[in-house]
Amino acid sequence: MKAERKRLSESDGATSVLVVLMGFLVGTILVALVGKNPLNMYKALFQALSGYNIDNGRMNVRYIAETLNYSVPFILCGLSMGFANRVGLFNIGGEGQYIMGLTLAQTVALLGPQIPVLHWVLAILAAIIIGALWGGVVGILKAKYEVSEVVSTIMLNYVALYLSRIICLQLPGATTYKTANFPKTALIENTFFQAITHNSLLNNGIFMMIVAVIIYWFIMEKTSLGYGMRATGFNKDAARASGIPVVRSISISMAISGAFAGLAGGIVALGSFKYGRVLAGMDNYGFDGIAVALVGNCTALGTTLAGLLFGLLKNAQALMQGKQIPKEITFIIQGLIVIFIALRSALKLYQEYLDKRQLQKEVGVK
Amino acid sequence: MSEYAIEMRGITKTFPGVVANDNVTLQVRPCEIHALLGENGAGKSTLMSILFGSYSADNGQIFLDGKEVSIKNPSVATSLGIGMVHQHFKLVQNYTVTENIVLGMEPTKRKLLDLKSARAKVARLSEQYGLSVDPDALVEDITVGQQQRVEILKTLFRNANTIIFDEPTAVLTPQEVDELIEILRKLRSEGKTILLITHKLREIKEVADRCTVLRRGRYIGTVDVADVTEQELAEMMVGRAVKFEIDKPEQEAGAVVLSLRNLEVADSAGIVKVRDLSLDVHEGEIVGIAGVDGNGQSELLEAITGLLPLSKGSIILDGKEIDRCTIRERIEAGLGYVPEDRQKFGLVADFTIAENSALKNYYHPVYKKKFGLLDFNAMEREANSLIEQFDIRSAEGAATMAGSLSGGNQQKVIVAREISLSPKVLVVAQPTRGLDVGAIEYIRRRIIDERDKGGAILLVSFELDEIMNLCDRIATISKGQIVAVNRQDEVDEYQIGLMMAGSQAEVAL
Repeated sequence: MKAERKRLSESDGATSVLVVLMGFLVGTILVALVGKNPLNMYKALFQALSGYNIDNGRMNVRYIAETLNYSVPFILCGLSMGFANRVGLFNIGGEGQYIMGLTLAQTVALLGPQIPVLHWVLAILAAIIIGALWGGVVGILKAKYEVSEVVSTIMLNYVALYLSRIICLQLPGATTYKTANFPKTALIENTFFQAITHNSLLNNGIFMMIVAVIIYWFIMEKTSLGYGMRATGFNKDAARASGIPVVRSISISMAISGAFAGLAGGIVALGSFKYGRVLAGMDNYGFDGIAVALVGNCTALGTTLAGLLFGLLKNAQALMQGKQIPKEITFIIQGLIVIFIALRSALKLYQEYLDKRQLQKEVGVK
Repeated sequence: MSEYAIEMRGITKTFPGVVANDNVTLQVRPCEIHALLGENGAGKSTLMSILFGSYSADNGQIFLDGKEVSIKNPSVATSLGIGMVHQHFKLVQNYTVTENIVLGMEPTKRKLLDLKSARAKVARLSEQYGLSVDPDALVEDITVGQQQRVEILKTLFRNANTIIFDEPTAVLTPQEVDELIEILRKLRSEGKTILLITHKLREIKEVADRCTVLRRGRYIGTVDVADVTEQELAEMMVGRAVKFEIDKPEQEAGAVVLSLRNLEVADSAGIVKVRDLSLDVHEGEIVGIAGVDGNGQSELLEAITGLLPLSKGSIILDGKEIDRCTIRERIEAGLGYVPEDRQKFGLVADFTIAENSALKNYYHPVYKKKFGLLDFNAMEREANSLIEQFDIRSAEGAATMAGSLSGGNQQKVIVAREISLSPKVLVVAQPTRGLDVGAIEYIRRRIIDERDKGGAILLVSFELDEIMNLCDRIATISKGQIVAVNRQDEVDEYQIGLMMAGSQAEVAL
């Protein structure tokens, strides 16, 4: 029993679940404090999760599909953050890599050859490659010249945003906020999904996301590349002393990290919109990805689950507003979860305290 | 007047996961030198930290001259006349000796700093206790032995009656140890009570009156030092019979395998730490580098292994120049390394034993499957065989996290990995630091076995005993230069000590 409890407290997964529950608990209290019925919040969340509307007993699969669709960029940006984090890097540049992916996907969508399949494949590949370059540059700067990746990624986020505006304003039919519509061949819509989910935006991006999750897990846990990267992340000095090419690990990991975020940008560009956007501000998927990865402990499965949770919260926003719950509560819950994650060391301290009390009892301290 | 100057009764102190002191008793008579003996992790330092107020005990009482006291923090300890000389000195490098001594209780005259009277008091104290140091010298300019005297003066300046010495000889040359022993006797004759934390039996025999032995946090006993032999003390400390000397068959050294030529190495701050250093290591011999910590040993080894760049000179391993090679190329060329800081450079604490044992050769065909896949089963098989061969004790076998192992077993994992790669040259730094006696014996045995099999071994140790016990030849290093290279049987510890202090080889031979 005691060993069981100890194992749970040492398990990062259990901590994450606990942290999420605490986030919801405090969120619930806040909703009650502002005089709203927290039950309505859970009804909205339940509807976003299952498609079932408790109030009128109607079922609509579309909500499930939208939750999934919202999760895709969260999960991919979470993987982006997580991959770098496992190698000991803090990639705050997911947003910039995402924006560059989105921009290039839009460019290829509008200017590329309109051949079925090939067109969107090219656009997605362009997004992945530019993301990888955008991240890889940071990796090389870090590995060779010890430029802090935190600073360079933050700066590159702004470079990406304004570069994106410059590029997109040159695209066909560009106004200050949108371009011409994409040709049909560039879209990654899935007519089967549309048919069964009452025209949700769920698209082929979800398959790409699933492949990305598998690749993430595969590289990290199964390959010698991932082994060297994990060693670098846990203990850079020991990795270096053991002959692991640390410089290469860092550069490659930032490139792969950027590729995930770039893919997210490509999927959002081609899946959720039918035209190119001239961004006025950031979409914030890259930043939310940091939280997703932290909640998911940077593992493939954990990040996927955390991304689904964030997608669920996002999809529930509109439903909450319909039930007089301010949608901002979802941001508050997200924020609380991140704060509690940061406080997880407090849990460890508590466990240590319990251990110590146990020992004291055994040796007979009064 | 009570019989005891210090009495600690029933002290218990727990940390998460470990009972550091379990109902420990310590009784120190006035004006005696009382040694506190135990292996690493036996609880000596914890007990002394409780006495000095750095930790508070979970249970137990402390009496000074028969009166119960509560020592909440080091300031209280100081006001009660307890002083401590820490193993790592707490001195400001660019202050003078006097300034360091008064730091924290500066004497003032009309609100102005009055260093003059302080300087006079320091001079008087150093006269009285035979602690010769120049009160106006900068701390950065004086030797380690003198810095230690400054620490002692600091406690005397604060009117300490009891002085705790935490492993005071760890950083000293044999000559400085002799001087320290004189100082300890002088302090005793001037009426001070001395508590000496150590694991060196010879020093206890030489200077201490009584000795309290701790083992795994428990009180084992207190003895009159005159009544026991070193062997008996060792058995009390370890809990079983101990063998000090290691059998080492005579062996002819073979060809040169590692040749260091005119090396110059700067540390990461750019300060030259190794100058014009040349040394050869042959097959089937152990070459020891003797010296006080900080004389360029770490930089030398890091340059050989490739962690630090070489400014000048060349390194030849088995006929091949390796000084421009990457770390991995050096490992492939047959260079093994047991680093001094095993947790920083030797192991990945969050990896399992299996993953750690493959850290240097995970890309080899043995571990390779199709599509760049790593063969974790092969890794586990390999680790299991090492666990068996090297007697590595762990909770969950090959799947145990390296960070959860004891120090001795962590070191075994590293030594096992390095030896299993059958290196031509094995570079070993401080292989037994912080280990318990059983692990020390084992690791030393393994190093000698490697030599007997024809391996070339370069060993750095700050423990002269270890150097004398293991090595065939001894190179003494001082300020980044080799003072002399001697066969083990032509020098004694005293001569090496003189060379460590920097005097030339003529003194020794």
